[in-house]
Amino acid sequence: MKAPDFRYERPASLSEALALLAEEDATPIAGGQSLMPMMNFRMAAPALLVDLNGLADLAGITAADGWLTIGAMTRYAALEGSAQVMEGVPLMARALPHIAHPAIRTRGTLGGSLALADPAAEMPAVLLALGGEVVVEGPGGPRTIAADDWATGLYETARAPGELVTAIRVPLAAPGQRFGFHELARRHGDYALAGVCIAATGDAVRVAFFAISDRPVRAPGAEAALATGDIDAAVAALADLPIDGDLHAGPDTKRHLAGVALRRAWAEATS
Amino acid sequence: MTNPLNLFDRPNSYIGKTVPRPDARRLLEGRGRFVDDIQLPRMGHAAFLRSPHAHARIVSIDVAAARAHPGVIAVFTGAEMAQHVEPYVGVLTHLAGLRSAPQHPIAVDIARWQGEPVAMVIADSRATAEDAAELIEVEYDELPAACDAETALDPGTPVIHPAFGNNLAWERTVDVGDVDAAFARDDVTVVERTMRFGRHTGVTLEPRAAVAEFDPSEDRLTFHYSGQAPHMMQFIFAKHLGLPEENVRVVAEDVGGSFGIKIHTYGDEVATAAAAKVLRRPVKFVADRAESFMTDIHARDHVVEGRMAVTADGGIAALAFDDLTGIGPFSMYPRTSAIEANQVLNLTGAPYVVPNYRATARVVFQNKNMMCQYRAVGHPIAMAICDGLLEDAAAAIGMDPVAIRRRNLMRDDGYPCASASGMKLADLSHHKAMDRLVELMDYDRLRAENAALRAQGIHRGIGFCSMVEVTNPSPMFYGVGGAPIASQDGATLRLDAGGGLQVASSVTEQGQGTNAILAQIAAGVFGVPIERVRVKTGDTETVPYGGGTWASRGAGIGGEAMLQAALALKSQVLDVAAVILQARPDDLDIRDGSVTDANGTPRMTLSDLARTVYYRGNELPSDLTPELIATRHYRVTDFPFVFTNGAMAAHVEVDPDTGFVRVLDFWAVEDCGRVINPQLVDEQIRGGVVQGIGGALYEECLYSPEGQLLNTTMADYLVPMAGEMPDIHVAHVETPTRTSVLGAKGAGEAGTGGAPAAVMNAVNDALRPLGTSIWQMPMTPERILKALGRV
Ligand SMILES: Cc1cc2nc3c(=O)[nH]c(=O)nc-3n(C[C@H](O)[C@H](O)[C@H](O)COP(=O)(O)OP(=O)(O)OC[C@H]3O[C@@H](n4cnc5c(N)ncnc54)[C@H](O)[C@@H]3O)c2cc1C
Repeated sequence: MKAPDFRYERPASLSEALALLAEEDATPIAGGQSLMPMMNFRMAAPALLVDLNGLADLAGITAADGWLTIGAMTRYAALEGSAQVMEGVPLMARALPHIAHPAIRTRGTLGGSLALADPAAEMPAVLLALGGEVVVEGPGGPRTIAADDWATGLYETARAPGELVTAIRVPLAAPGQRFGFHELARRHGDYALAGVCIAATGDAVRVAFFAISDRPVRAPGAEAALATGDIDAAVAALADLPIDGDLHAGPDTKRHLAGVALRRAWAEATS
Repeated sequence: MTNPLNLFDRPNSYIGKTVPRPDARRLLEGRGRFVDDIQLPRMGHAAFLRSPHAHARIVSIDVAAARAHPGVIAVFTGAEMAQHVEPYVGVLTHLAGLRSAPQHPIAVDIARWQGEPVAMVIADSRATAEDAAELIEVEYDELPAACDAETALDPGTPVIHPAFGNNLAWERTVDVGDVDAAFARDDVTVVERTMRFGRHTGVTLEPRAAVAEFDPSEDRLTFHYSGQAPHMMQFIFAKHLGLPEENVRVVAEDVGGSFGIKIHTYGDEVATAAAAKVLRRPVKFVADRAESFMTDIHARDHVVEGRMAVTADGGIAALAFDDLTGIGPFSMYPRTSAIEANQVLNLTGAPYVVPNYRATARVVFQNKNMMCQYRAVGHPIAMAICDGLLEDAAAAIGMDPVAIRRRNLMRDDGYPCASASGMKLADLSHHKAMDRLVELMDYDRLRAENAALRAQGIHRGIGFCSMVEVTNPSPMFYGVGGAPIASQDGATLRLDAGGGLQVASSVTEQGQGTNAILAQIAAGVFGVPIERVRVKTGDTETVPYGGGTWASRGAGIGGEAMLQAALALKSQVLDVAAVILQARPDDLDIRDGSVTDANGTPRMTLSDLARTVYYRGNELPSDLTPELIATRHYRVTDFPFVFTNGAMAAHVEVDPDTGFVRVLDFWAVEDCGRVINPQLVDEQIRGGVVQGIGGALYEECLYSPEGQLLNTTMADYLVPMAGEMPDIHVAHVETPTRTSVLGAKGAGEAGTGGAPAAVMNAVNDALRPLGTSIWQMPMTPERILKALGRV
């Protein structure tokens, strides 16, 4: 379990990083919490590792026009320590402690989580429930991708090769907006067997599940039912959701657990 | 002769006291000396290419590109390695009928489990070795595999060793009394269950690791390894590499946990030693985590069909079961993979009076990693069978689980006696332990609380286990069957000129604190402050000959040898002191580093005495021949094993919506005889309980039907973690064993042996009012939801 040999560069600017990423088999590294194990398992074998840790352009949290813009290199631990996040994005605040363990949250980044798009990761689902955006930048300049269009498959996103995630944008909580979060993990810090995020504004309800499919998924049937406050119908509507099993739970179990998580998150959102 | 009792009340006795471990600070400061810390000149690093298939013929193997890769020192195929290593077979004569096939360190012609080494690369770094391993081209002809133990004996299943005709490795039946008649009685209630125990493994913090050095000028192999039985490995390397035994030195310094997985002969280690010998340069192999999951022995893997008959007043009328266990394609060498099943037959029901008992074990080959002895060999199965059925029966006849135990447990004043399977039992305290447990957990209050919560939709359960643990084994465990495994151990104490003691023992330290208790015994029995004792273990060149650490024998056997050696040295020193001080030896004592008179008044320091002996022998009468070193050995006689007992209870909450189980509390009352260091014993119990909870709820090596191991990372293989663990309350009953002066039995495996049954019983206590129960470990959320009919 030793990584194959690779070149390593630590650019100081975004433009320099993008230039390096244009090289063949170049891969960015952020917190390294997912990439380094993949390299050691030889599931990833980049020829060139472009370290994003020197890029000031990718750091920082700013609020404007009802949105919070969070630099891609912002660590989970920094989010947990940010009053803007804790107060302005309660759903994210609620989900953060469920990501792994403090040591991993000290290194792991929000941009890394979105770029990786692990189907069981919390942050992509949070972003999906909130209707957030991912900002990417490549040689052709920046573009913004809606959370609904971000994950395109298992560990696949709308990011083009050579592009970097530079920021994540989330709407600040509106007055009266309600949130619910629940995940079912066997041990604290594990990826969940099933999890769900709910953001509700009046009768507009967004529901994003994680750890039940190849990507974070919205549940339109459940959203419609919850818009009328009918949680039983919302759970029943999960029957139509495409669900993949994993090592620890088959699809039937996941569907059942998704329903349990939905009830509990809804209870939280409406309490 | 000193009155043995006085040994424990002496002014500077450390026995029975919590004394900090002498190595704790060193390890905490990062100054451990683990195998991977060893850096030697010209050392090569080994990586193995492993079979990706559960069963495949190796049609061809092309290592040319790997050999040519820059930095590569050597590449060995199985056939090449076989020229240097005599194959080994994991059978023992006392396990009559056990068969296994000759095994090579690296597969020759056929690979029989996914993960079996197929080629070995040695290079200037591990990374280079892995690079080169990827360049080896193997053409496999995949063979049909026999993965599922439950179908291993079916006629259509491929036979792994065709010469055997089928996949049966071993079979044994115990039949006592008239079981059929007892089950046929019309005044008994019969419960019947199929229990499944998944595979798990001992996830050690430090993986298996080895550094082999060979000096051709002396024809001498030095093998540093992370292991438990240096002298056994000395024999094995000598025999299979063709070296004189005395030319093999095996060293095990700091070991980061072992739990039994590091007591077996692994092809990786044998190949590492052989490569060092062939290449005449040091070779290092350190298993990575994925290799550990794939190739460290797995444990358990049983399917049991069990039945119990009880009378209306809860008396056990009969217990019967069939156990089927899958061991992989070979019986592990040299301890064999039949011991686990043998223990299940020997131990099931041993805490109770069981008048009619029939048990059959079938041990089968399969194309999976090998299964062998891991902490609490066979115990969790044995305890779950009997205590699981007993609580099931109690529920069936409406009896309290504590009451049914009191009805059936062997009487505390009835020893020595024998269990149904014929195990000789002595000095046990099941009733005392159960009484203490009930008091400790405030049983009646807890029951009432559970009943009240049940009304509110909170589903809690209490489960018990009364258990025995095999400790301090005699030669009847392995030696009798021809295994190169010492059952006796030795200790040496040497008084040095400075007045301190250098002591050496043949038992080993795996992180459990053996070195601490050896120092306590040496210091207390001989009479010096514990800081004046230096302990050496784990080096065949410098310690007495012995068995090492397994079967909870370090304190009981190694400790008694140390006690006897300390008494011997004391007597030798007092003989010298008596001459110098013109006194009678019987009127002198050794306390706190000085020779004293009987009431404790110092007469001369040990340093003065030793310096006189070592430097100024001219002052001593010429007919005095002082010996300031003493060695004693000890083995258990008259009993095959020294059994311990314990009573444990788990309190759990089951969430019927999710199938999640939370262990709220755990209590363990243990009788390991004399407790030498309360803190170390308590932590052994707690660590064991945690591993038991792991087996009951979390840990499982998951295979695909084709024999692919699916979880090879710590993210996918769930070890129990601190956050989920309950408080574990430990208390003791102390019934010293009659087999030694020290009176210590073992304590290392009790928790692992008893906790799974207690947790299973607790989960079933919670589930029963919901109309179901679960008999499969680990009890995962999915399995519980299925038992509840929720999915
Ligand atoms: C034991 C353990 C438990 C974990 N548990 C959880 C959990 O419960 N929930 C959870 O969500 N995560 C979990 N993780 C994963 C963790 O959150 C990772 O840190 C995160 O998924 C990736 O972030 P990173 O900054 O470490 O990214 P890296 O590992 O550095 O990179 C991950 C991938 O994203 C790419 N990448 C990174 N940054 C960018 C960027 N700005 N632009 C483009 N591509 C980029 C990399 O090239 C790589 O392919 C766990 C990790 C570990 C080790």
